[in-house]
Amino acid sequence: MITVVDYKTGNLASIGNMLRKIGVEAQITSDPREIEKAEKIILPGVGHFDFGMRNLHQLGLAKVLDQKVLVSKAPVLGICLGAQLLMKGSDEGTEAGFGWIDGYTRSFDVSRFRSGLKVPHMGWSEIELPRPSRLFSGFMEEPRFYFVHSYHLVCEQESDAIGYCDYGYTFVAAVQRENILGVQFHPEKSHRFGMQLLTNFLTQERFSAP
Amino acid sequence: MSKVRRVRVIPVLLLRNGRLVKTIRFSKPNYIGDPINAVKIFNEKEVDELMLLDVSVSRSGSSPDFDLIGHIAGEAFMPMGYGGGVRTLEDIKKVLWTGFEKIVFNTACFYNKGLISQGAALCGTQSMVAVIDYKKNIFGKKRAYVKGGTENTGRSPIDFATELEEAGAGEIVLQSIERDGTFSGYDLETIAEVSSRVKIPVVACGGASTVRDFLPAIRAGASAVAAGSMFVYRSTARGVLPNYPSQGVLKEELYNQI
Repeated sequence: MITVVDYKTGNLASIGNMLRKIGVEAQITSDPREIEKAEKIILPGVGHFDFGMRNLHQLGLAKVLDQKVLVSKAPVLGICLGAQLLMKGSDEGTEAGFGWIDGYTRSFDVSRFRSGLKVPHMGWSEIELPRPSRLFSGFMEEPRFYFVHSYHLVCEQESDAIGYCDYGYTFVAAVQRENILGVQFHPEKSHRFGMQLLTNFLTQERFSAP
Repeated sequence: MSKVRRVRVIPVLLLRNGRLVKTIRFSKPNYIGDPINAVKIFNEKEVDELMLLDVSVSRSGSSPDFDLIGHIAGEAFMPMGYGGGVRTLEDIKKVLWTGFEKIVFNTACFYNKGLISQGAALCGTQSMVAVIDYKKNIFGKKRAYVKGGTENTGRSPIDFATELEEAGAGEIVLQSIERDGTFSGYDLETIAEVSSRVKIPVVACGGASTVRDFLPAIRAGASAVAAGSMFVYRSTARGVLPNYPSQGVLKEELYNQI
């Protein structure tokens, strides 16, 4: 069963719509017992880093997720805020993130921007892939995705970054360490590109090697 | 890596009593077609984003047609904004939970700025879009209007924009009533005035005729461009044909020029 974690940050209707379109049966839940049974986990979310992390603790989900991801090695895909929570922490708040990926979520450094760019980065951008990965397999052309964010991922280990994007400067748009994956953009709102990416996540058996 | 900067190109669709229409200067609504069908077409054309505005509920005082817009959102895999008749926090939640990312406010953001603030606290400023409809009053001063362009707020577009930014709007759609449906190009002067005064993105709207109109609006300071007529009509002769420029055309005429 594909399990979408509902930790009360933003609405999950879009992701539900997209999964239905792909034709997979997914469960959207806040129940730790259901997440324990998950084969694959989608961790979506929009909003404040601390709010998200606190909700995950209060709902009793953080512990279960740690167990599922680190011990059972269930594939997890963080989307937007969900991807930021994979890191150790964020400029946006003071709470510790999951820390499954070494690095932090940082604010856009507008002092490095060319003129005319505003934060948030809102719109479509192409992704550059430093090497082949299962998550980004099967694209016949350069994939583009829809972004809305004021913070971005910064990896301590370059090998964790599997996709880059440029807005003002180059930043990490997608990460992966074995079964742990995260994307800063919104595949559920990115037409066939997002559909392909989610299908990749849902159908690949293993994520350890490309 | 590729430094191409894409800007959003957004079709705006007007709903009126469950049917799609297009206006000229906010009047003379012309029947365009079935909204569900049209959104499907724009989905297939892979548009960047879509804005759906119900111009009948905003004037009649009724609530959004949640069944219809829910059905529409279920078929569209791009960011979608909805506006029209959203008056309470409960309305905001209901619209977002059908699969829209953004709520578009006009009249409500004048009479009840608290609604934008509450909505922003609940789901983030990026979901709160304010439309500023403006035209010149009889003394030649630009004024923001609400209630479908019928009620003068007494505010200049700049003042209204800064107020809305403070209230928690994440984005402003700046719509020239006088250029609506006229294919006369964007009002670059007002776009420049407003976008230089707010930090949030300004979306230019009203007057676009061809892809060539986009670049000047972006150069004037807009972060994105929106249009109605050019995306629902084949040409200025106004034969109905939903259309959207190809990626190749957008790259050539817009992205590569920015």
